[in-house]
Amino acid sequence: MKALSEFKKALIISLWFMLLTFPIMVIRVNTIEKVVEWRWRNMAFIGIGSFLLSFVWRYLLGRKEKGRKLAEAGSVEARPFSRRLLDEPRIYRPALAAVTLFAVAFPFLFSSYQTNIMTTALMYVMLGLGLNIVVGLAGLLDLGYVAFYAVGAYSYALLNHHFGLGFWAILPVGALLGVLFGILLGFPVLRLRGDYLAIVTLGFGEIIRLILENWNEFSFGPSGIANIPRPGLFGIQMSLNEATIYLYFLMIALCLFTIFVVNRLQDSRIGRAWIALREDEVACQAMGIDKTKTKLTAFALGATWAGMVGVIFAAKTTFINPASFTFLESAMILSIVVLGGMGSIIGVILGAFILILTPEYLRAFSNYRMLLFGTTMVLMMVFRPQGIVTNVRRIYKFRARGRDGEPSQA
Amino acid sequence: MDYFLELLLGGLTRGSIYALIALGYTMVYGIIELINFAHGEIYMIGAFTALIVASVLTMNGMTGISVLILASVVAVLYSAAYGFTVEKIAYKPLRQAPRLSPLISAIGMSIFLQNYVLLAQTSDYLPFPNLIPVLPFMEPYSQLMGSTELVIVLTTTVVTVILTLFIKFTKIGKAMRATAQDRSMAMLTGVNVNRVISNTFIIGSALAAIGGVLIASHVGRINFYIGFIAGIKAFTAAVLGGIGSIPGAVLGGLVLGWTESFATGYVSSDYEDVFAFCLLVLILIFRPAGLLGRSTAQKV
Repeated sequence: MKALSEFKKALIISLWFMLLTFPIMVIRVNTIEKVVEWRWRNMAFIGIGSFLLSFVWRYLLGRKEKGRKLAEAGSVEARPFSRRLLDEPRIYRPALAAVTLFAVAFPFLFSSYQTNIMTTALMYVMLGLGLNIVVGLAGLLDLGYVAFYAVGAYSYALLNHHFGLGFWAILPVGALLGVLFGILLGFPVLRLRGDYLAIVTLGFGEIIRLILENWNEFSFGPSGIANIPRPGLFGIQMSLNEATIYLYFLMIALCLFTIFVVNRLQDSRIGRAWIALREDEVACQAMGIDKTKTKLTAFALGATWAGMVGVIFAAKTTFINPASFTFLESAMILSIVVLGGMGSIIGVILGAFILILTPEYLRAFSNYRMLLFGTTMVLMMVFRPQGIVTNVRRIYKFRARGRDGEPSQA
Repeated sequence: MDYFLELLLGGLTRGSIYALIALGYTMVYGIIELINFAHGEIYMIGAFTALIVASVLTMNGMTGISVLILASVVAVLYSAAYGFTVEKIAYKPLRQAPRLSPLISAIGMSIFLQNYVLLAQTSDYLPFPNLIPVLPFMEPYSQLMGSTELVIVLTTTVVTVILTLFIKFTKIGKAMRATAQDRSMAMLTGVNVNRVISNTFIIGSALAAIGGVLIASHVGRINFYIGFIAGIKAFTAAVLGGIGSIPGAVLGGLVLGWTESFATGYVSSDYEDVFAFCLLVLILIFRPAGLLGRSTAQKV
């Protein structure tokens, strides 16, 4: 009987979706030639698809519910599987060695096209780690992160155009400008709660983009800036291929630097203040943590990386215009953080590789790229809000059944 | 003076539409404290549905006011259905989750719906037929305000009045207010909170669809991306007036409409959206509760 009612539910759901998607999916009007195209096949796909998916959906929801009950009863292993895997030295040491070897050999094994894609993925790793500070650690939803990225890119392009400054001189300048804009954005939004913050940061991102687009005398408008030089290396002349490989290794080095810094930050005093702020703002203030300073450092330190990656982006593509810095870019970086697991470094790295490389290598899906991002964000929030790799916070708890009552680290 | 009057009326039209969309934001926020990022997309889907229905009808030889009515009714029904479904998929499983989760889920839903329409329909701008007939008595004033604009302002007024009465006097409206005040207490007194939330989404989405049909007739073209900017601006309007408050949403819409209208008219038209965002930032800094909102202290 249960199976029958489940079947009936799925049937109703599939009928509902067929009805719901009917005008958008089935009918397409050509208003110029005045013809209507009926695409009945799509309706069949939707029907079958939603019928099957409704089973999966309810199965997963049920499993999640069961998992929650188990966790409440306290009978579930505190450390998730992925974390146990990463903590096991016999597994992570060879894995680390293999990844290092692969990373070093990559540009020599594959074409410069592949290397380019990899460099892009590494750029997103850095962006993701930067946003992770703001969103994952401090819990401030920043939807205008791309603004800092744009600031970095334009600072290189403009300073180079007007003053002829080189890549290495501007890389720290880009980072500093990122910090400056981070604080600039941070000040007005200090008092805002989560959702207001999201919309103001979104507005901030759009303001920066619109200014870049419209202020022609300053930013050359929508046509952008071309002929930005690639990064140099002690004045050595490099071919295009060599420059690509050089940029790749530069990116690897910068990523390692970012990982190192973010990792250290996480366990520092300020990092723990961020996490406390994320968990409970009122309690955090009651513990004597300066809210203003903590929030501002989160914005500033998050924006640093975006400013740096912006400089690299300008140097890599040698051409920038405001169209590269839309809200979708912010959404993409955010979905990297969400998919990977908010607050988890390994998770963000994995998230960046999955979201950037999958559409590149599965060309058939490249049209569906944004559709998949959106779906990922919803599904991750519904079924696995902690991301692929769960970030395990240091917890100390007393073992209730300990023989001598000694506190043990769990 | 004529120029001033033109800007004033232009701002009124613009503000009315923002108000219609802002009502949906404000109602949803009042009840579940969530910025429904997908609301702008619901409005876009309303406009698309109206366009599709109207085109199919006119190609089959129908004309006149019946096309407008049929297209609007279908658009409203479909938008309401979309709003209902979005809530069931993306927000209902997250009732107990931390605040950030439904917000991210809402952003995901918004991106999904945009790209769903992009892939299923087209990325180009589609011309939207002006379904609203030209009213003969408006002819002498057409320099200042066309019939479309008049219809927009009147519709907004009527809808707002109906909504206010609905929330004040009907049983559903009372249940909505109770849920907004205190969800668990409402549950204890026998209010079906899940149904109330669904109702809120349905009503808000229906209003967004009306806004969608009107603005598409006004502007004359639509594409999959119109919901994004309109959504942010309507949210600005809702915050401006004090989120959660229905007269506030209307007031906020009008203030925003006039700000944009005068700023583009007297300062520069390139920075239209910048003015809206700056207004939002300023309001949030100096009066976070909005013009008509009450500031509530956070309880611990």
